[in-house]
Amino acid sequence: MANSVKIRMTGVNSRMRLSGWGRYPYVEASVLAPRDADSTAQILKNGEGPRMIPRGAGRSYGDSALAARVLSSRYLDDFISLDRRALTIRCGAGTTLAEILRVCVPQGLFLPVLSGTKTVTIGGAIAADIHGKNHHVDGSFCDHIERFTLLLPSGETAVCSPTENKEYFQATCGGMGLTGMILDATISLKKVPSAFISAQSIPAANLEESLALLRQHNDEQYVVAWVDCLAKASALGRGVIHLGSHSETGKLEHRSKRKLSVPFTTPGFLLNRYTMGGFNQLYYARHRFKKSVNSVYYDDYFFPLDSLKGWNRLYGSEGFLQYQFVLPDDAAESGLRETLETVSRSGKGSFLAVLKRFGPANANWLSFPSEGVTLTLDFKYEPDLLPLLDRLDEIVLAAGGRHYLAKDARMSAAVFRQGYPNWHQFKALKDRIDPAGTLGSLQSDRLGLTQAAMRSSQR
Amino acid sequence: MNILLIGAGSAIATAVARRYAAQHSSLFLIARNGSRLALQQQDLLVRGAARVGTRVLDLLNHEEYETAINAATEFFDEEDIDLVLICHGSLPDQEAAEQDFDLARREIDINGLSVISLLTRLTPYLKAQGRGMLAVVTSVAGDRGRQPNFVYGAAKALVSTYLQGLRGKLLPYGVDVLDIRPGLVDSPMTQQFDKGLLWSSPELVARQIEKAIRRKRHTVYVPGYWRLIMAVVRSIPEAVFKRLKF
Ligand SMILES: Cc1cc2nc3c(=O)[nH]c(=O)nc-3n(C[C@H](O)[C@H](O)[C@H](O)COP(=O)(O)OP(=O)(O)OC[C@H]3O[C@@H](n4cnc5c(N)ncnc54)[C@H](O)[C@@H]3O)c2cc1C
Ligand SMILES: NC(=O)c1ccc[n+]([C@@H]2O[C@H](COP(=O)([O-])OP(=O)(O)OC[C@H]3O[C@@H](n4cnc5c(N)ncnc54)[C@H](OP(=O)(O)O)[C@@H]3O)[C@@H](O)[C@H]2O)c1
Repeated sequence: MANSVKIRMTGVNSRMRLSGWGRYPYVEASVLAPRDADSTAQILKNGEGPRMIPRGAGRSYGDSALAARVLSSRYLDDFISLDRRALTIRCGAGTTLAEILRVCVPQGLFLPVLSGTKTVTIGGAIAADIHGKNHHVDGSFCDHIERFTLLLPSGETAVCSPTENKEYFQATCGGMGLTGMILDATISLKKVPSAFISAQSIPAANLEESLALLRQHNDEQYVVAWVDCLAKASALGRGVIHLGSHSETGKLEHRSKRKLSVPFTTPGFLLNRYTMGGFNQLYYARHRFKKSVNSVYYDDYFFPLDSLKGWNRLYGSEGFLQYQFVLPDDAAESGLRETLETVSRSGKGSFLAVLKRFGPANANWLSFPSEGVTLTLDFKYEPDLLPLLDRLDEIVLAAGGRHYLAKDARMSAAVFRQGYPNWHQFKALKDRIDPAGTLGSLQSDRLGLTQAAMRSSQR
Repeated sequence: MNILLIGAGSAIATAVARRYAAQHSSLFLIARNGSRLALQQQDLLVRGAARVGTRVLDLLNHEEYETAINAATEFFDEEDIDLVLICHGSLPDQEAAEQDFDLARREIDINGLSVISLLTRLTPYLKAQGRGMLAVVTSVAGDRGRQPNFVYGAAKALVSTYLQGLRGKLLPYGVDVLDIRPGLVDSPMTQQFDKGLLWSSPELVARQIEKAIRRKRHTVYVPGYWRLIMAVVRSIPEAVFKRLKF
């Protein structure tokens, strides 16, 4: 009897092959999924065993939520309160944006910042300080966090806000799970008159035009550009600018949509420069002549990719990498041109190339967004991809830019340090609050923020 | 809808309850862990539940059933209970249960007898209403005694067989009886198992359970393909089956 109870209580856990959304790299990990805050604290207080890293929905692309053990927030997903007067919602860190929207939209409430997928958790959204199509006007996700409860590596909890435990707050927002497990958070909401977005698309013939349009529409609420990064020469950087704002008319309703799914990993060769070139051609051609205005249900507007469940399998069994960086405005055009030319020359393309302007950076130590222009590229994994990305790193750093940790699977510690000058402040805090190295990921080792070896030598 | 949920904190019940909360149902939750129950109550209210009542109960304490059920009926007051969903369960260490009858008895109690006891107490209530549904989460494990889990399976089979008889008995009273047989669900109960292709999420299972309730089905396998899998498992001749260790 004691035996069976023990199996459940101490959580002998399943081992799984885990990866991020890019399916590169994979690790063999055991998954701990505590049922509540107390048992989560117990795991950290207990402190034994291989080190671990918090994990939400696994929507970061690379290795930021990978370690020998992952501490899943999946059962920390209760709503705690919705304050319609103060316009705040408080919920467990494992709650997804989708669940919040499901509750809020019918009541005319909306999240202030959304990523391109609604499947991410609040914990993941804070840990990556995610940005949306409105960063240039509204800032990033953590700019709308009133407070959160942080379970430190020691197992103690701390309530953190921009004023309370300020340094924990600034290190945890964008801190990729390294400062502790976020248990719950209070998020500010905004009011919307309808569940629809009035959306407009404007074609741009080349990079210069794309950037000019982004600047010109800097007052619009949602602004993003899709770029055909296989286009060359005078058409380099051609694309479509998408603008959006909340419609004044239209119902406040929740619609659940039928999803298609990709049940199997397709052979990666299906996505090659010819098929993708074709896709990009079509995409551009569709928008080329019209400057169209539409009323679009918010779900279709913000999360078009979510309707194809498991689309990451399209990149074949080797997976893919997403490469996202930001460049300051003054260096943006030349830096982007060089990047796009280098990519175009390599013949390795992108299914998705997204360009967007960021507003000013916030005070969080490792938050990615900073004033300038960000570009996101997808690359199918191939052994000769990594040298190309190293080459792109040089271009980005030379232009004074940096890379998004939530997308990263391969950046060197040197590249990271140059892009994030606050890294040593972060590391100093990390060493202070986690001397035993209880929390760490494959990424944090690679970036020189933790040492995998440290823990094994101590125990 | 007015819903009485027993074993309300289970992953499957949690997912079902959230669906009904979004439809502004009133729910009364019975579960073992008090602090999680309080969280769940808040969660369901934020999700839109009209009212949520709770009661802590360890289902091994049969003496406390009566007061817990009274609390539930008082909560719904004069209103009918549309649905009773019994969802608790426990997956024992099979080897240990084979060697220790006290453990086996406890496991058969929690997976089998406790359900019979609850049904015995609730049936008169629904009969008097002349409507409503009794739904119980059993398991595909009850379909055939397999080596790795036949103590659990036997208890689940006990409930399934009981439900079959009860269904006919309650027909004249307009009370429906639903036997829900999940396959493999990724939940705290199965945390120690490595997961593969055949595993489903509690949310998916909950969606299918809601559909089965709406359609007043008799016995459902969730996900549906488990009906086929279990038909195959049941069709294996015993001479072969006795050699299988799965
Ligand atoms: C299709 C798609 C579109 C995307 N679009 C955008 C976009 O527009 N803008 C943008 O900014 N990002 C975008 N992303 C990236 C995504 O928003 C981030 O990677 C986010 O962190 C993922 O959240 P998650 O819950 O999946 O976290 P995971 O991937 O599981 O974890 C990410 C990081 O958060 C940490 N973490 C997770 N939970 C906790 C917790 N409870 N406490 C402490 N740390 C925690 C992990 O340790 C890890 O370091 C997109 C991703 C996809 C797949
Ligand atoms: N998961 C599967 O693969 C699977 C397959 C077939 C059938 N089922 C059945 O589905 C139902 C729900 O299980 P689940 O998968 O959702 O797992 P779960 O989350 O572990 O649910 C089991 C629930 O039963 C409760 N429980 C156990 N002993 C109890 C007791 N003495 N008193 C009160 N409550 C008690 C547990 O309470 P605590 O939370 O307090 O421990 C827990 O909430 C169970 O009947 C299970 O047998 C599950």
